[in-house]
Amino acid sequence: MNIKELEKLTNEGVDHLPLLERRTFLRAGLAITGLFMGGTILSLTSIRNAEAVTGPLPKKTNYPYKPHYTMVMRQNLCVDCELCMEACVRTNNVPSYGWRTKILERTRDIGPKEQETIFMPILCNQCNEPPCVRVCPTVATYKDKTTGIVVMDYKKCIGCKTCMAACPYNARYFNEEIRAVDKCNFCLDTRLTKGKKDPACVEACPADVRVFGDLNDPESEVYKLVHQPETTVWVLRPETGALPNVFYMNVVLDV
Amino acid sequence: MARQFSLDVTAEPEVANSLVKMMSFFFGLMLLVGVGVGLAGFVIGHDHIFNNTREVPWGLLISTYAFFAITSTGLCLLAAISHVFGGNKLAPLANRMVWISLITILSGFIVIGMEIESPWRMAIYNVISPNVTSNIWWMGTLYGMALGFILLEFWLILTEHYTLALVLGIFGALAEVAANTCLGGVFATLAARPFWYGAQMPVLFLACAFLSGAAAAIFFTHLAYIIRRRPMEPAVFAGVQAAGKVLLLMIILVAVGIFWRMASFYVGGVSDGRIAADAFFKGPMSISFWGIEVGIGLVAPVLLLILTRMKSLVAMSTAALMSLVGMFVARLNMVTGGQFVPQYLGYDNLPTYLDYTPSGWEWIVVLAGIGFTGVAFLQGERFFGKRFTENEAH
Ligand code: SF4
Ligand code: SF4
Repeated sequence: MNIKELEKLTNEGVDHLPLLERRTFLRAGLAITGLFMGGTILSLTSIRNAEAVTGPLPKKTNYPYKPHYTMVMRQNLCVDCELCMEACVRTNNVPSYGWRTKILERTRDIGPKEQETIFMPILCNQCNEPPCVRVCPTVATYKDKTTGIVVMDYKKCIGCKTCMAACPYNARYFNEEIRAVDKCNFCLDTRLTKGKKDPACVEACPADVRVFGDLNDPESEVYKLVHQPETTVWVLRPETGALPNVFYMNVVLDV
Repeated sequence: MARQFSLDVTAEPEVANSLVKMMSFFFGLMLLVGVGVGLAGFVIGHDHIFNNTREVPWGLLISTYAFFAITSTGLCLLAAISHVFGGNKLAPLANRMVWISLITILSGFIVIGMEIESPWRMAIYNVISPNVTSNIWWMGTLYGMALGFILLEFWLILTEHYTLALVLGIFGALAEVAANTCLGGVFATLAARPFWYGAQMPVLFLACAFLSGAAAAIFFTHLAYIIRRRPMEPAVFAGVQAAGKVLLLMIILVAVGIFWRMASFYVGGVSDGRIAADAFFKGPMSISFWGIEVGIGLVAPVLLLILTRMKSLVAMSTAALMSLVGMFVARLNMVTGGQFVPQYLGYDNLPTYLDYTPSGWEWIVVLAGIGFTGVAFLQGERFFGKRFTENEAH
């Protein structure tokens, strides 16, 4: 059955589905949501949508950019190989004392004598309400009108470091060579505007941790991941109200 | 009535005794060395001589700037209030307060000018690329305006255009209040820093301004008489006592503010705020907090003022100096407190508190600010002293 034929079917709705079938549907999550995204089984997401779980996730109307670039971290896939960091340094000329992206490490007790290690990749969240942009006295940092990426205009940076104090994610550092603050911009200048589809870290990651794309495009993988039913999607430090565009989730490894 | 400005009228050459000359030389040297280090910092790179890091981008130089700016606001406000509502006891101190307000804001600018990495870009882009949502932009612009108003006001005082000076004084005071509140807002609006975030900070900054202003008025007025080696006239002493009352009142207000601010971290909210507060209550910052900010800065001056019933000039000026030291350290505590709890605490074996201890070079740049205030105060007494000491209020 191809998509055209599927679209012709009338939606029976999920409310009348027997419990077992419903669960099967939900387990299949990604595939089914993707397949029926034309609008037929959308009600599935209302059973337990991601927003209800985490609160601050943006609603559809909150994707103001086109493309609304976003990164989804499938966190538990990260093996800390740091190839992303190397690729970033190479691509964006990041000095040895700085970083635009990094892998943080933490251990967590999972039993009386057992621990698991968690690796968490971080980078600029390209916030929808970026505190760094609000505080910059000279508009040296601003949101790119098309993509929503938070970029730097180095020549305007006076080096007051207010943006560094304001960023909830430690995403900024002062670059001595250019006498300006530097930060991740999803490789906007070094790759995206040069025809490449994704940032260097995404391309470099061997474990497919980082998924990059347009949150405004229901066909994109990021959209599907963020809206996947029965999945907890979270953002870092939601209490700051920065509305980040980097989402985190764990994938079910044994299916 | 109004005359042309002439140093003959305002100067007090006899002030320039050997002590004043020596102290001026000493403060001038501090200024020169400090500015020299600051300028060298632009070439060497701030990262190599200052101890700020990516995680703690702000430190001693920002807090010192805040200290000077806050003191300037307080002085300017008290001077304007006493000029506007003439006939009050503060009036005999007012002209000197205007001068000290002017030199403290300049000291603040000297220090922050060497903290910012590329101030020359600021000169251009603050003007052609302003961001109206930025507290830093407003603060810089308003303090810049205030500086202009106060400069003009002071000139008008020197030339005895008192009515116009009054108007400029009001403009200056308004700009200072607005700038001061934007400075509080710089910290108060950063949700990323729970130790700073909250509506209380700007009001606390204004209360601290009155506190520091009153303290500076007492201290510098006393100094002015020490260098002249002559007793204070009764009217001036009454003015100092009036400033003492303002100081006492403001210390109590600020103490109440600090109490609720610190208490609020223990009743909920984001845990980073509580972790930061812990450092001050019982952690690595406790000596700085209990010993200096609270002990020397608030408790001791209150005791001194109350026990001596404000009858002793030495006691009042000691209390004033103590509260100025307390304010200085309080600013540093506040600035570091907002940053030293790592944003990713729990990851990468990060310590509970990141270490930020100002480098010797940072202290030397601070000395530039103190040196400027010192030398400008002494030379102000030397060249404009007659305008400061004339008793009749206008
Ligand atoms: S993560 Fe930090 S630097 Fe990036 S947009 Fe948000 S506030 Fe700005
Ligand atoms: S350091 Fe530069 S980019 Fe950051 S707020 Fe200051 S001027 Fe803007």
